[in-house]
Amino acid sequence: MSQPAGTHPLLATNGNLRRRHAVNRAVEISAWIAALLAVAVLALVITSVAVKGISSINIDFFTKNTANFGGGGIGNAIVGSAIIVGVATLMAVPLGILVAIYTSEFAGQRSAFAIRYVLDILNGVPTIVTAIFIFGLIVVPQGKQSGFAGSVALAIVMLPLIARSCHEVLTLVPGAVKEAGLALGASRWRTTLSVVIPTAISGMITGALLAVARAAGETAPLLLTTSIFPDLVQTSPGQAIPNIPVTIFKYSESPDPTKHAQAWGAALILILFVLLISIIARTFSARTRRRLGAAR
Amino acid sequence: MTTESAAASLGPALSGRRRGILDRFGDRGLYLITLAAAIGSVVILGGLTYKVIDEASSAISSYGLGFLTTSNWDPVHEQFGAAQLLYGTAVSSFGALLLATPLSIAIALFLTELAPRGTRTPIATLVELLAGIPSVILGLWGILVLGPAMQSTIEPALHSALGWIPVIGSLFGGEYGIVGLFPAIVILTIMTVPIVSSLTREIFTTVPPTAKEGALALGGTRWEMIKTVVLPYSRPGIVAAVMLGLGRAVGEAIAVSQVIGGAPGIHANLFLPAQSAAGQIAAQYLGATGPATAALAYLAVILLLLSVVFNAMARILVRAVQQRASQT
Repeated sequence: MSQPAGTHPLLATNGNLRRRHAVNRAVEISAWIAALLAVAVLALVITSVAVKGISSINIDFFTKNTANFGGGGIGNAIVGSAIIVGVATLMAVPLGILVAIYTSEFAGQRSAFAIRYVLDILNGVPTIVTAIFIFGLIVVPQGKQSGFAGSVALAIVMLPLIARSCHEVLTLVPGAVKEAGLALGASRWRTTLSVVIPTAISGMITGALLAVARAAGETAPLLLTTSIFPDLVQTSPGQAIPNIPVTIFKYSESPDPTKHAQAWGAALILILFVLLISIIARTFSARTRRRLGAAR
Repeated sequence: MTTESAAASLGPALSGRRRGILDRFGDRGLYLITLAAAIGSVVILGGLTYKVIDEASSAISSYGLGFLTTSNWDPVHEQFGAAQLLYGTAVSSFGALLLATPLSIAIALFLTELAPRGTRTPIATLVELLAGIPSVILGLWGILVLGPAMQSTIEPALHSALGWIPVIGSLFGGEYGIVGLFPAIVILTIMTVPIVSSLTREIFTTVPPTAKEGALALGGTRWEMIKTVVLPYSRPGIVAAVMLGLGRAVGEAIAVSQVIGGAPGIHANLFLPAQSAAGQIAAQYLGATGPATAALAYLAVILLLLSVVFNAMARILVRAVQQRASQT
């Protein structure tokens, strides 16, 4: 930024103003188009899913189970996805929150950075690689796929997301609030549990919700761990559990148009769930930021 | 530290016998539990790496680095080479980032410099929602909506517009398909734009306003200000964002395997089917046995290595940018 004045592009004397304005205008218009394009693609994908999915949605679609041929619904896949994601959430949320408490409250600067670095790398691990890990760790020794294995794989996907977002919210809690707790004679663990966490709780819920939204649509971790399932409701985590993402994946590769229609229906339900959760999470996070901002 | 130890010793005196016992173990207990959780996350990453390398060990020792350059994938004769698959991965991810990078920078510029203030947050939210669409749904859309449109309209149009150019034209050959490298590039572009643009946007907001105002005060147009101040200042951050996008694109298995065609091959024409490493794992891992499993795990080791390298470098760059921002 400290170039000699003579060579600085802004001070070049040979540019004419009209051309410079034309270039500026062209760039501004391109940026507008790029932003519109991104929003248009979102709209296009969502309307495709909505238009094609809505016709398969009726009572039977929710109450009947997946079927090899023709009709049927995705009742068992909805129940199964709820169980798999639920169990994964029960594993990942407590672990993620504990990791976040460690990195934000206890760890020194260096170890906090190291742990967060590990989490970032874990977050970047391709989910299909996570699937191979759990396949070798759980599915092969047990000799069969299981919903539990799927949940563990999803929990590994969720853990870095939860730990990271909770860490960020916990560090937003003003130091004065913590000090007030300590000054009242509360010990450190008591301050953390009764002062820090309640202050940050809605932000932590945001993080957990976003992780649930991500996990609900993850297919790769389930593809190796819980993808060969019967067309009936399966609630035991010891068995392969039917689920929505794998059902969409299988149906999308089927040559049968009725399966395509059902895939669109399942996609619509999944996308509505994901969008709903993301929007709820965003309203929570806006509230946290306002509150923590005000407390500062 | 003194405040806290003072508070800890005050605790029991203020609150009776039961809390005294709890406090004695509470502080230590919470510390140890959270420490265990933190170590647990390190163990998960370590265990994952160990397990995947272990699964691949027989393939790694029998094929060595030649795995990367030989191109036949033949489970029947137990001969495995990854060249075709890595070609599919490389072309689909680099192609996607080639499209996604300028788009993302433009979106980020729009959101930080151009958009009317009231529209910035809603548009940024919409772009981030795009990131939330599950990859399997993008893949479904890719096969059933994008694919047919590609075959009937988009690819012929690209062929007639660009096919005549020497060298580059061979990318846009005269055969069209529903599935192929080009649909995979488009789907990966859609998946990476939200990631790259939201990070780029964050980096643009760290550019010191005084520098921007300086450029404008010198008489620069908005674009000249962006070109001379915003972009140079943000370059390391943009590189980091692109790397994170690459990490995501390289590892994406589901959507790519749905639209890329599943037929390993090395050919210039983007409209023909190919296969990526991640797609090959998704398509074949469950049915594979013995040496084929090990070879697929070897592919997973390569993907893991790439993602770790991309992420590690990107995080270092982001950290450097953040530290610079907090200093200024």
